[in-house]
Amino acid sequence: MSANAAAPVGVERTGERARRLTETVFRVRELGIVGALALLILVTGILEPRFLHADSLRNLALNASIFAILAAGQTLVIVTRNVDLSVGSVLALAAFMTGQTLADHPGTAIPVVILMAIGLGAACGLLNGVLVTFGRVPALVVTLGTLYIFRGLAFLWTNGRQVNAEKLPDSFLNIGTGSVLGIPTLALIAFVVVVIIGQCLRDFRAGRELYAIGSNPDAARLAGVRSDRRVLAAFVFSGALAGLGGALFTARFGTVDATAGTGYELTVIASAVVGGVAIFGGIGSVYGAALGALLLGTITSSLIVLKVDAFWQQAAIGALLLLAIAFDRFVGLRLDAALRQRSARRAAA
Amino acid sequence: MSDRPVLSLVRATKSYGAVHALRDGNIELRAGEVRALVGENGAGKSTLVKLLGGVIRLDDGEMLVEGEAVDFHSPTAARDAGIAVIYQEPTLFPDLSVAENVVMGRHPLGALRRIDRREMDREVQGLLDRLGVRLDAERPVRGLSIADQQIVEIAKALSFDARVLIMDEPTAALSGPEVERLFGVVRTLQQRGAAVLFISHRLEEVFAIGDTITVMRDGAVVHDALTADITSDEVVRRMVGRDLGALFPKEEAAIGAPTLQVHRLTREGVFTDVSFEVRSGEIVALAGLVGAGRSEVARAIFGIDRPDGGHVEVAGARLPKGRPTAAMKAGIAFVPEDRRQQGLVMDLSVARNATITRLRALSRLGLIRGVAERRLAEEWAERLQLRFHRLDDAVGTLSGGNQQKVVLAKWLATEPRVMIVDEPTRGIDVGTKAEVHRLLSELAGRGVAVLMISSELPEVLGMADRVLVMHEGRISGELSRADADEERVMRAATGQPMDAAA
Repeated sequence: MSANAAAPVGVERTGERARRLTETVFRVRELGIVGALALLILVTGILEPRFLHADSLRNLALNASIFAILAAGQTLVIVTRNVDLSVGSVLALAAFMTGQTLADHPGTAIPVVILMAIGLGAACGLLNGVLVTFGRVPALVVTLGTLYIFRGLAFLWTNGRQVNAEKLPDSFLNIGTGSVLGIPTLALIAFVVVVIIGQCLRDFRAGRELYAIGSNPDAARLAGVRSDRRVLAAFVFSGALAGLGGALFTARFGTVDATAGTGYELTVIASAVVGGVAIFGGIGSVYGAALGALLLGTITSSLIVLKVDAFWQQAAIGALLLLAIAFDRFVGLRLDAALRQRSARRAAA
Repeated sequence: MSDRPVLSLVRATKSYGAVHALRDGNIELRAGEVRALVGENGAGKSTLVKLLGGVIRLDDGEMLVEGEAVDFHSPTAARDAGIAVIYQEPTLFPDLSVAENVVMGRHPLGALRRIDRREMDREVQGLLDRLGVRLDAERPVRGLSIADQQIVEIAKALSFDARVLIMDEPTAALSGPEVERLFGVVRTLQQRGAAVLFISHRLEEVFAIGDTITVMRDGAVVHDALTADITSDEVVRRMVGRDLGALFPKEEAAIGAPTLQVHRLTREGVFTDVSFEVRSGEIVALAGLVGAGRSEVARAIFGIDRPDGGHVEVAGARLPKGRPTAAMKAGIAFVPEDRRQQGLVMDLSVARNATITRLRALSRLGLIRGVAERRLAEEWAERLQLRFHRLDDAVGTLSGGNQQKVVLAKWLATEPRVMIVDEPTRGIDVGTKAEVHRLLSELAGRGVAVLMISSELPEVLGMADRVLVMHEGRISGELSRADADEERVMRAATGQPMDAAA
């Protein structure tokens, strides 16, 4: 021990450096998206100045909001090395329920309706979670199944009907289209949700345990993490947020039928991956995923503004996804190498 | 040492179906004692460790902590009782920081039950400093050596004031200096009154660190002694229940022409200017510390990694770079260090694993013939005295020693001219070790050139005709069988100048 009396100073310094290195990498990831976003808006704005109008920027935020909320939920699930493919279908169920309730019982308090939507989503998430944790069925299979089941239920329930905006109270539609101090209400809601979920994942035991489960499931069990309970909770949250997304979908678009949110699951997962959430779990943040959603939405909008063919819009999203994965792989390898070198130097010292 | 054991197991039994993994487990651990536990693979050591660690539960018998009967229904229960298990392969979270790995589930909390990161880092750094190791609490675990990962595990054990520390083959993947450091840490723990159960296949370590020794065989504790009162021969005899022939049955073989020639092989930053040859019938050991670049040289020879410079010849024919299939065709066989990840497909059957190198020969019109596959697998299973239930069982169900035999079988089936084996006996029991050694010796006798990488000096000295020593990516010494001794090899491995005898 005496030989190490002088060690703490050196340890502190290199510890500081190691932390800075890893933190830089994560910041690089999120700053990278912000940079790409800024560049994209700037370039599109130069080519088509109308893109920079307040209305247009407002639309960007609005379009990304629902996806950002869903991506936050999806991050909770992906971090545990699972996936939730059913979010689009859950959104449809919740959206139709919201619309139908408000149309049939115009007097219902709006918070009650929103809580119902969240509750319905949570119930769907509970089913997913139970099948994954207690049924020991891979999440990919479970949620692929419930993707079809929930969508089928939505078709059965709507029976070809559609809820229209004129049947919905204005106070409700305002949530989707109104603003507070010039900022769209929907974007504010998304921001609050993302920050709450993001902080929970970052600064609370339950959140850190989700990372532990995704990073090494066996080690998590040995560390006394109640994995089943945590994974179940992640699915419930993902479902609940999809339910919230459904209510907001109705408020934003006014028109809801059984096809609402079709294909959203892929956009949401793509957002998370572009935002640096590792599909094999253990890495990523809710903020990254939300920024990913914003970036994907902005690309789509800018390509539309620039009158690019619809095919190329899809291809651009695909290319972005591959680029993000390549970037993660590259940075990951560099980080591994840097950490290995540091260990080697320390061993030699 | 106090009189009352901290932890004891009395007449413990545990069965898996018809297999009695533990028939009569009796062990006592006292504060301030380091007890070594030895036994062949399958003797029941792992079962005993899992029982103490709360991973599995007793069928019958008793477990006592401080004299009180306990029944651990989960690893957490064992942990709460002050028992920490450090497994051979550390179970850590690579994506999280060292500090977070230590406190997972028990993070220090601040206001609103938020995690207090500053306090967490400070606490864990304090633990690491008290262990006398230089390791940053805030760096991620990814990229740490196995030795450092074990230190993280030990810090974890300390963080909840473990009274009993169970270490399951902690030294299997460590180099000499790393083992020394670990022993230092173990002695520190011992002085602070912890009871340590230390499991190892390396008898010299058992005698170096253990106060007492427990020998297991066939699911039962068969002997219990002070290390001072027993010799290593006696321990081996009690482990195998019979007198073991020489552990290193090296036979003289006729040494012929150079079969494998390595010319100035270089891979930037990994190894530099490595040249040597292995003759037919010769066993050449590649010794050195972990991280000296030995495995990397082997990987480059076999074509897994592409060298930046130099080339390899087999029987005079130059191999193309970075092409394992070409190396195989030229007659090189490669038994990698990590048999779980690189040597075997754990979920495939024993038969499929053993014959996977011969798929082309076993197939007709592109389809594998099941009968031929079985026949080949059966033949090798018999020749290597493989112990298994059925050839269709997943290879992951076999013990470590038997898994290694399957890896050997799969390469022997190709009738190689050059056999490269990387740590061929790591983590396998004494009996199987001797069988592997005999097999290598026989191969050499049949004219195969054998290149053996090993971190176990007795193995190197016992088996090799010639010893090459690597230090920091370069060959730092070459010793003939007659000249090689522990001191000379270690001098070369640590980069000290060779004496005149070399």
